[in-house]
Amino acid sequence: MEVSVITDEHVEILLSDLLEQYGYDFTGYSRASIKRRISRIYALDRALSFAEFRYMILNDQVYFKRFVEQITVNVTEMFRDPSFFRKLREEVLPKLGTYPLIRIWLAGCSTGEEAYSISIILKELNLLHKSLIYATDLNPTVLEKASQSMFAISQMQQYSENYILSGGTKDFSSYYTASYSLAKFDDELKRRIVFSTHNLVSDHSFNEFQLILCRNVLIYFNRDLQHNVLDLFDNSLDELGYLALGSKETVEFSRISKRYKRLPGEKIWRKVG
Amino acid sequence: MRKCKAFIIGGSAGSLEVLLKVLPNVRTDIPFPIIIVVHRKHGTDSLLPALLSTRTELKVKEVDEKEEIKAGTVYVAPSDYHLLIEQNETFSLDYSEKINYSRPAIDATFQTAAEVYNTKLACLLLSGSNSDGVNGLKCVKSWGGTTLIQDPDSAQVAYMPAQAQLNVAIDQVLMIEDIAEFINLLS
Repeated sequence: MEVSVITDEHVEILLSDLLEQYGYDFTGYSRASIKRRISRIYALDRALSFAEFRYMILNDQVYFKRFVEQITVNVTEMFRDPSFFRKLREEVLPKLGTYPLIRIWLAGCSTGEEAYSISIILKELNLLHKSLIYATDLNPTVLEKASQSMFAISQMQQYSENYILSGGTKDFSSYYTASYSLAKFDDELKRRIVFSTHNLVSDHSFNEFQLILCRNVLIYFNRDLQHNVLDLFDNSLDELGYLALGSKETVEFSRISKRYKRLPGEKIWRKVG
Repeated sequence: MRKCKAFIIGGSAGSLEVLLKVLPNVRTDIPFPIIIVVHRKHGTDSLLPALLSTRTELKVKEVDEKEEIKAGTVYVAPSDYHLLIEQNETFSLDYSEKINYSRPAIDATFQTAAEVYNTKLACLLLSGSNSDGVNGLKCVKSWGGTTLIQDPDSAQVAYMPAQAQLNVAIDQVLMIEDIAEFINLLS
């Protein structure tokens, strides 16, 4: 991508179209990133003009779906930041193991790699049978992919290394069956996962959780929207529940910060007040 | 160039030792920020800002997301995120696909900065073994900013600055020992 033909004004026009026509509110997203995403799909799809591009988004449902899928970032991996998953395995989940039912919300789950990572840890801690993982995303297409529990086999070496670094001791390949270029993960791992659409911008709290994970989603939001989403998490988290964010995200600037105590070393906070 | 609002340095293989030579000679009252984007292995965070801060009295820090960009500070892009500049002169982080096999990608920072600072931006590309930063410099040029490269002959790995020289109109080619002086003369 070189010099962008999409201007700041184009971005504002498209964001207000999405809101008016489809009810998707991206107006609280950080502009630099979303502009890059829009410029990227504009170039990728070789749109002839902005007018044509806008018309397609407004009038072609299939293209609209593709557009939303492409402007949101869906890059994720299994056991990303192994030390984070080690903390879940060694400290957070064992604590939650004393509850009769562990409800976990994975917000912005994208194609599901983290949902399966958590499921694997729960299984190894012998907690999976009494856990429920609500894995949500605004984008139905990625949820469809997530529910298939199939990932590129080419990633497995990296994931296996991450898994071991995160404290896993099993043979990682025992969790999937290789089939051509794909690794199909055991159905048992998704039995306790509920994949569902949820838009952090416009949808409300839908349950009470003991653990909420939302990693590398807030970085795409402006401060106002970050405040709102952290309020939503606060309203959805039990007393003494845990909130986990991405490695560069924080609650520290927010209205909820005084009720939260950070676990040393990781971006995990416990609701204490 | 009149009134520099940001000086951005991109580098890859062989760029660290250049930074270590340049930083001690940069004056400590520069009226603009210096933003550093270098490729490095994920998980070695915090080490680079700590290392650089031993070589200068300027404040050196790793970027926090949504942080306001301030003059007189040296900012280092965190590993494994793209570093973007917003129109309101704050930083954003982005975990989208790698660009030129790199995250952070120098291109992403140069491009977004070009659209914010226009003519009041100078971008310098150092030693490196891939072509990240070249498209970014093109963008800087087209928005009227100043394009700079380390002299490829002086680079440990010449490929990156040489590619820039081939593909972009470069305003100035700098020897390592002249880089600090060039920065000091900007106002």
